[in-house]
Amino acid sequence: MEALESIKSRIEAAIPGSKLTIVADTGSAAQHSLWVDSGHGREVAAVLRDDPQLRLDYASNVTGVDWLDKVMKETVKTKQVIEGVDREIQQTIETKHPGYLEVVYHLYSMELKHGPLIIRLRTDNRSDQVRLPSLTPIWRGAEFQEREIYDLFGIVFEGHPDLRRILMWDGFKDHPMRKDYIEPDDYEYEPTAHDEIAEKAARHQK
Amino acid sequence: MDDALRNELSRQGVFTTSLEELYNWGRKNSLWPLSFGLACCAIEMMAASMARWDLARFGAEVFRPSPRQADLMIVAGTVTKKMAPQVVRLYNQMPEPKYVIAMGACAISGGPFKQGYNVLKGIDRYIPVDVHIPGCPPRPEALLHALITLQEKIDAQALTGERRPRHLVPDAPSEFPVPQYGEHDLEPSRNSDLWRPPRVDSESGIPHAEKVA
Repeated sequence: MEALESIKSRIEAAIPGSKLTIVADTGSAAQHSLWVDSGHGREVAAVLRDDPQLRLDYASNVTGVDWLDKVMKETVKTKQVIEGVDREIQQTIETKHPGYLEVVYHLYSMELKHGPLIIRLRTDNRSDQVRLPSLTPIWRGAEFQEREIYDLFGIVFEGHPDLRRILMWDGFKDHPMRKDYIEPDDYEYEPTAHDEIAEKAARHQK
Repeated sequence: MDDALRNELSRQGVFTTSLEELYNWGRKNSLWPLSFGLACCAIEMMAASMARWDLARFGAEVFRPSPRQADLMIVAGTVTKKMAPQVVRLYNQMPEPKYVIAMGACAISGGPFKQGYNVLKGIDRYIPVDVHIPGCPPRPEALLHALITLQEKIDAQALTGERRPRHLVPDAPSEFPVPQYGEHDLEPSRNSDLWRPPRVDSESGIPHAEKVA
């Protein structure tokens, strides 16, 4: 399959205003992916499916990821002149990275027998800006997986034909795969409890 | 009638019995299980009912597709919280006398899924269970053993007095509250009349042996 850089530049040229970013995978698998801006998600997906060189006609897997807010600490050494003497001072700089929810699509081409191409869509934050374009109109097989992601992560897919919960019941309020999900406290005991399970069980004994 | 006289009579060709024995004998040898399964344990249940293990030898081969015609519920598999109200409703629709076998680790405690948010941690939180079979899944022999254990339990029941079975006590409930889907969990999360968590030793985390009524 074509190199990711060339796919990126071709799509950006084909769809004015679209912004694609290559997310590098530093691991040994080296499966780099394309982060597509959510405003042009549907158009980019249509190009990926219909482009004669790519023909990515099969979305094999759709996954949700929850990225929490994180604070990165970086230690920087700077030289400063204090009381006329050059001194090296260590400074810790904290940078805040706001969290977001992410959907990852693994795309293959049945026709040209290549793949996977991995694309990602990211929400603006984890609380109120959680809408993303649904890619079910492009790949019909994404329907149930997007429903599952809606159910478990709370990402709202715009343009999805039938966006309902699929695993939990209607009326359930939480999204259990979010990292800050608090599960119901119905774990009263364990015959051979240990560690945090023993603590959980002990809370019920009071 | 004492046993010696009875043995003597039967040796002479006179068969004697009591109403209680006859009634229990009839009940225990004609259990009609409800034909429903929830997960992989149900495959073992099916195997137990087929030619190789032949549940019919113990008089429980008439799997009924309707709860109205069944008197034994084999809870075979993982009970998810989404499924639990339907299981309780099916139990409520069965006529008395009725019995429950909780088959496998999931049905008795949640099993390997116990630490999940979506699995009921044992069906005995909502309906009374007569026989629990451990195993993941239990082999068909274990289900046969559970059935024989249930038959022994039925055989030992007295029809009168304090210890008579539930279906002969007019005030005893034959239906149990169906849990509702809540915003975060099933409501209520258990039937406190039926099930209470065992007391756990706060130091070791091991449950006390005392039985909670």
